[in-house]
Formats: sequence, C-alpha cells, structure tokens
Amino acid sequence: MSQQSKINAPKSVSGPVTWLDDRTGLANLANKKFLRKVFPDHWSFMLGEIALWSFVILLLTGVFLTFWFKPSMAEVEYHGSYELLRGLHMSDAYSSTLDISFDVRAGLLMRQVHHWAAILFIAAMMVHMLRILFTGAFRKPREINYVIGSLLLMLGILEGFAGYSLPDDLLSGTGLRIAEGLIRSVPVVGTYTSFFAFGGEFPGDDMIPRLYMLHILLIPGLLIALVTAHLVLLYYHKHTQWPGPGRTNRNVVGEPFLPIYTAKAGGFFFIIFGVTSLMGALLQINPVWKYGPYNPSEVTAGSQPDWYMGIAEGLLRIMPGWETEVFGYTLSWNVLLPGVVAPGVLFTIALLYPFIEQWITGDKREHHLLQRPRNAPSRTAFIVSLMTVYGLLWFAGGNDIIALKFDLDLNWITRFMRVLIFIGPPIAFIITKRICLGLQRADRERALHGFETGIIMRAPSGEYTERHAPLSSTETWKLVSHEQYDRPELEPAVDENGVANPASRRSRLRSKVWAFWYDDDVTNVSREELEEAHSHTDGHHRAEGTEVEGADEPSELEPKH
Amino acid sequence: MSDHEIEVHDGQAGRPMDNPGLEKHHPRPTDVDPQMEKRAERQVATLFGLATLLTLGFCVAYFAVPLDASFLGWQANNLALGLTIGLALLFIGMGLIHWSRTLMNDHDIAEDRHPIASTPAARESSLAALSEGGSDSGIGRRPMIRNSLLGALGVLGLPAIVALRDLGTMPAGRPSRTVWEKGMRVVNDVTGAPIKVSDIEIGQLINAEPDVLVENEEDDPDGEENLEGHDLLNAKGKAAVIVVRIDPAKINARKARQNWGIDGVLCYSKICTHVGCPISLYEQTTHHLLCPCHQSTFDLAKDGEVIFGPAARALPQLPLAVDDEGYLIAQRDFEEPVGPSFWERGGEEDRSA
Repeated sequence: MSQQSKINAPKSVSGPVTWLDDRTGLANLANKKFLRKVFPDHWSFMLGEIALWSFVILLLTGVFLTFWFKPSMAEVEYHGSYELLRGLHMSDAYSSTLDISFDVRAGLLMRQVHHWAAILFIAAMMVHMLRILFTGAFRKPREINYVIGSLLLMLGILEGFAGYSLPDDLLSGTGLRIAEGLIRSVPVVGTYTSFFAFGGEFPGDDMIPRLYMLHILLIPGLLIALVTAHLVLLYYHKHTQWPGPGRTNRNVVGEPFLPIYTAKAGGFFFIIFGVTSLMGALLQINPVWKYGPYNPSEVTAGSQPDWYMGIAEGLLRIMPGWETEVFGYTLSWNVLLPGVVAPGVLFTIALLYPFIEQWITGDKREHHLLQRPRNAPSRTAFIVSLMTVYGLLWFAGGNDIIALKFDLDLNWITRFMRVLIFIGPPIAFIITKRICLGLQRADRERALHGFETGIIMRAPSGEYTERHAPLSSTETWKLVSHEQYDRPELEPAVDENGVANPASRRSRLRSKVWAFWYDDDVTNVSREELEEAHSHTDGHHRAEGTEVEGADEPSELEPKH
Repeated sequence: MSDHEIEVHDGQAGRPMDNPGLEKHHPRPTDVDPQMEKRAERQVATLFGLATLLTLGFCVAYFAVPLDASFLGWQANNLALGLTIGLALLFIGMGLIHWSRTLMNDHDIAEDRHPIASTPAARESSLAALSEGGSDSGIGRRPMIRNSLLGALGVLGLPAIVALRDLGTMPAGRPSRTVWEKGMRVVNDVTGAPIKVSDIEIGQLINAEPDVLVENEEDDPDGEENLEGHDLLNAKGKAAVIVVRIDPAKINARKARQNWGIDGVLCYSKICTHVGCPISLYEQTTHHLLCPCHQSTFDLAKDGEVIFGPAARALPQLPLAVDDEGYLIAQRDFEEPVGPSFWERGGEEDRSA
C-alpha cells in the first residue's frame, strides 16, 4: 500500500481508488483481470444483453408504476378522466390502472414501456437460448449456466403472466379464468389448489394482491438472484468465441471490458431503453380502457394473450375433448394434457438437452469454441423441430384470427393442426438435417477447391472449365477447424469373469443413438486431402476445376461447372 | 483428485491444418486520418448534446403539454414525453457506441483461459477442510444426533405447508352449485329486465342472469337482497346464462328435457365446460354456440352437446318455467356443475354421446 505506484494514474482516480481500497480491499478483485477482461465480438452475443437491459428497464419502469397502482379488488366507482367508464363499478386495481393511463403524467408512457419491455425481455431470452443451443455454447463447463438461463426464461414467462393479469380488465380476467380452469384439471388436488390460490371461489378478491406480491417481490427477487449468478458464471467462464484465426480453446480473443464493452454494452442499454421508450410513445399496447372492467360473464371475441402464452393457447385449442371418469372422479385430459403436462414436457426436454447430448457423445472436456450449426446437423435439426412445435402451436393459438382473416374454416384449421403437430416436427428435422449436410459438403468442397472465380478457362482440348482460386488460410481454417466425434466404444457383453455386464446394454443403446445422431455427418477434410488439394491449386490451378484425384468420395467433391 | 491433468484441450489437435494465427489489425479511417478523428469526435459530442436538449425537452413537455390534449389523434402528452426521452436515450447510446467504434483503441487482445476447476491442491485442501470439520463435529460417529437433526429439519417443511391452509376456503361442494333456485327470474344481464317468451324472436340470443345479480336494487321489484362486490362476481362466474329461441320443430332434445324449454325458448349456462370462458358467439342458422377462447362449439338445439373443439361436456341446461306474470323463471338449479371439470365433479352421465 505504501509503495510508490508505478502507474501514472491521475490523482482524481488514484485518490478515490485508494480511499475505497483501504476500506474494502476491492483492488484484489477489480484488478486487470476483472476490469480489462477480454470479450469476443459477434452480433449474436448481443441477444442476452437485450434480455438483461430490458429486465433493467422493467425494474425502473415497474418501480414508477407501483407508486400509483393499487393492488386491490375492492369495488370502487370510477371518477377519473376517461369519460366512457365514468360512474362504472370496478376494482381498485382497474381504476388505478386507468388513473395511471389518463391522470398521471408519463403514466401511460411508463405502462407502455413496461409492457413492451416485458415482451422484448421474453423474446430476447428465447432467441438467446436458441443461439446457445444452435452453437453448442451449453457444453461443459456451461451446463449450470444453461439451466439457470432456462429457469430465467420460465420465471420470466410467469412474471409476465402475473404482470398482465394485474390491471383486472376484461382480457386479463379471462386469462385468469383460463388459468383457474387449468388448475382445476389437476387430479386430486386441483379444486383445492384453485380455492387456495384464489382465496375461495373464482374470482374472489384475493388474487390481484397475491399476484402483485409475486410480480413485484418474489419473482423479481428470484430473477435478480439468478441473473446475478448467470453473469458471475459468465464472467468466470469467460465468453465462448467463434473459431477463427488465432482463436483456440485455450484463449479468448477480443476487446477489453474497460473501455470497449463498458461503452458498447452501456451504450446498448441506452439504445434499448430509447427504442422501448419510442415504442411506448408511438405503439399502443394493452389499452385496458377499451376492454372494460373484468366481468366473469363477458368476453371479447378474438381474445389473445401476450405472445409468449400463445403456445399454451394453441395446445388448449387443438386438443380433442377427452375426459374420463375413474371411480366417480373426473380426469379432464382435454385440459390436463395441453395445459399442464405438455408445457412441462417441452420445458424439461429443453432443460435436459445438454445432458442428453453429453451422454451421447461421452465428451467430458471443456468447450469454449462455438460450433457452426451446420457442423452439428442432428442437433440443429432437433432444435428446428422443437421450434416447429412451438411455431405450430403458436399458429394454432390464433386459429380463430387466421380463419377470419383468410376466410378459412375454423374446424378444418384445427383438424389440420392436430395432424401437423405430429408430422411437422419430423419433416422439419429431416429437411434441416439435409440442409446442414449440404452446407457441410459445400464447405468441404470450398476448402479443397477454393472459390469460384467466375473466370471461364478453355483447355486445348476445347473443354471449358471455371477457374477456382484458393481460399486464404484464415477462411480455410474457419471451414475445417471443427471437431467430429468418434463412435463410442461398446462395453463388452460380459466382464472379465464372464458375468453379464449391465453396462453393455446401456452402451449399445448409446451407440445406436450416437449413430442416429452423428453417422450422416459429412467427414471433415483430412490434412492429407487438404495438402493434396493445395499442392494442385498452388502449382497449376488453371485446369484445377476438373481434378478430383486423391479423393475418396468423388460424388461429394465434384465441383460444379 | 485423480486428474492432475485438468487442462483445457486446445481444440487444435488432429485438425487438418494449423491455426493460421491472429490476423493483422486493420487501421480504421479514424486511426490514420486526423480529420476523420476530429469528425468522429464532433459527431459523438453532437449526439450527447442533442440528448441533453431532448432530456430538457422532456421536462418542459411534462408541464407544457396537457394530459387531455391530442395531436393528430395521438395523446399529445404521451407522444411528447416518449419522443423526447426516447430519442435522448437513443442518442446517448449511439454516442457511446460510436465513440467506442471509432475512437477507442480497437486492437484485439488474446487472453489465456484457465481450467474452470480449481487446482488439485485447492481441491485437496477444501476436501481436507470439509472432512476435518466433519470429524470435529463427530457427525459421522454419532448417527443418533445426525438422524434426529435431519428429522427435526425435515418436519419443518410441514408448518410451511400447513400454515398456508388459510389461503382459501374449502371447496365444500360449492363448484357444483349456483345461485339459481326454483322460481328465480331470468333477467337481461344489461338492463336487469325480466324476460317474456314473447320478447324473444326465433334466432335471437339474450345474455341473462338470475335477478339476484341485478346490481341496482331500486330496479328490483321483489325486494330480495341482491349480491354486491365480489360475491356478485363469484356468483356471476357460475350463474350467467344465455337464453335462445329456436324453432320448436328443429329442437332435438332428449326426452327428459322435453319440458325444459317454453315454445322453443331454451336456457343454457354461459360458462364454457372447457376452461370457463363465457360463451356467446351464436350462429342462429345452425343454432351453434362457439366459445371465443378455444372454439368449443355446442349445439343448442340438441341439449348443448359438443359439436367440435376441446370441450368434453355439453353445456348445462337450466330448466325453464313461466311465472304468473308470464316472465321466465328457473324450475330449479342446474342439474350438474357448470364450468370447467374438476376432480370431484362426480359421475354425472351427462356427457354428449
């Protein structure tokens, strides 16, 4: 501490730093490694940032809204500025939401920014999650962070639902009514759970205060804790990077947190806040005054939840009306399966995927280099088929709107979706996988034969060929640096004592799954192939376009003429 | 720990070529041209300056633009506040990013990664600390203490559940009953007026409710005590009905229900048997009723049976009668629970077959 500093920091910086460090020892932590931490650059690394910043915006605008919102279902008579509803009986929650919209300056703006930011928050998390899945960023050592991220998404959706239920307008009340129907469908405890959640019969007068507590205390608290853990782990793991020249699994190439990413990420916060504010100014969202106060005997045609609840809506709509009775008790499959079981199953699949893939590959090493989606064809195809399920359900959630806008028969759309939900995902899987394999072949060809120059050569024999020029080593490296897995070895059927080996069956299963997952992948070029090809292109690349000697898979190497 | 070789694999072994190494830094215009550098500096400062002005503009607009003013159909206050603060924030962000992209040092740095796991020595020492702590406490040698503690802590989960008991009342059969009872009048749910058969034309649908739910007591001649507040909403959530009149020749009701309607006037629960949305999209030519939430379709001419969609059960029907003054009244409450199914709903065999 007493040693003379060799760094030429101005006194205005060194003074406060010394003062603070004398009391906290923070310099141990905020050293060069921390403040100048290197982050790699790519547009897709920004998606999680959008989610983070929209969450911050939600906290800021949310605090503003709490100053006026009254989370109470007590009945009041409305006397505010909105004439069309004046004199009507409504809950305090709805009335105070109207006040925020019409009688508090900047209130409507904050409400709309809050709602748009919520929509953006969940959309950004979802796209961020897809980026992680498509590029293999969930692999060791980042599995825990993947799980944390998935929980954030699930909590974010619950938070959003709780939030848009608070105004107690006709639309949000309908959403709660449906939620109550879902709770009731749970066997044995459903009715009791519903009565406990709503403080008695639906709608009761307890739900809004309870949702308010969840929305502004419990769930945000969990979100903040998990976001913190997410970022701490991100910082500790160091960010993944795309393969490229000079990038290895042992380094991270990019620019330092201070000043580049403080400026870029900090600036990005203002951009997101600016854009959501402009949306709040220009794009109306959730005009609760148009819906009117909640009344359990009314509903508007074309009622739609916020976008992220769309798949729950779609699931409910395409399920056939099945119900069974067991010993006098009712099992509503038509609500239980789509409303409770299916979302759980979909979420569990997404949550477990990293562990399933790790089991298939048997790969226990750390991975910090991302994979191009084409270089994991089956995984990419699998994610696209999950996206297909999601998209179809989302589509099904708007079947009435589609029927209306396109003048189609509603019942046939529903029947069509009932079939498509089962055959669509496998078709998507097959198509995506084929596209990936095609791209892998194209990469391979490009690495070996260079790029098409567009220059047509005429050989002495009269044959026309296109001249190919070699790629730079940087470009070639991007095409060939990916790793491929070997099929895991089978455990012997009997152990050394001749006793049947229980591990054998598992390993055979794993081997089969492995074959399904990886067997079709196009083999990466070998060092020999690459050197062979380069010796051609470097020496006499005039007639190179037609040469395929030394290739063991001519069909894949045939250049296009 | 056995693996002393915890080391990150370099991701290069067995690759078809050697890593070509970092590319050279390409200088930006602002790195080599002092004029460009000055220009970028001015641009950044301009953005920050504009942001300042706009933020002040926000404060002015807050007081200057009244809440009830409108501008080209927009709410002027919201528009002015949103545009000023939105653009101000956007300009700050753009300024920061422009600054970092044009003027800050953009040389790539390669930083080494270290294995995520601690060093073997650190692991050894923390494991040692754990086992020392464990053996000092003797928790391994004294299973009685350990198990009784686990039991005590485990039981603590019970109060956490039990104490939630007062969150709500017990269902006590309430989902199976509504406020409808014998002789109760069926009234229009907007005007509160009682309904005569002659008021309804064939093909017409009226949203109705029991007259105890009429909000304004003065309109209620019989002086019954009417429900208010959330009691009213709770009751409405189950007792809301629709009254339709269908050409009697087209009604195909089962025998037991032949006397539930009056001259083609039928009354059904308005609460969907799927998940409880109020239904009212009525197609008079087919006498189908469609739920706007999930599109369950019911045939009102045929005991409210499900024609299509996710609902599993027919709409409960309210048996109607007419009182001395010719107004529609209920014969009794619904014979089965209205609204979505639930576990204890019981074995009523009233499903559409």
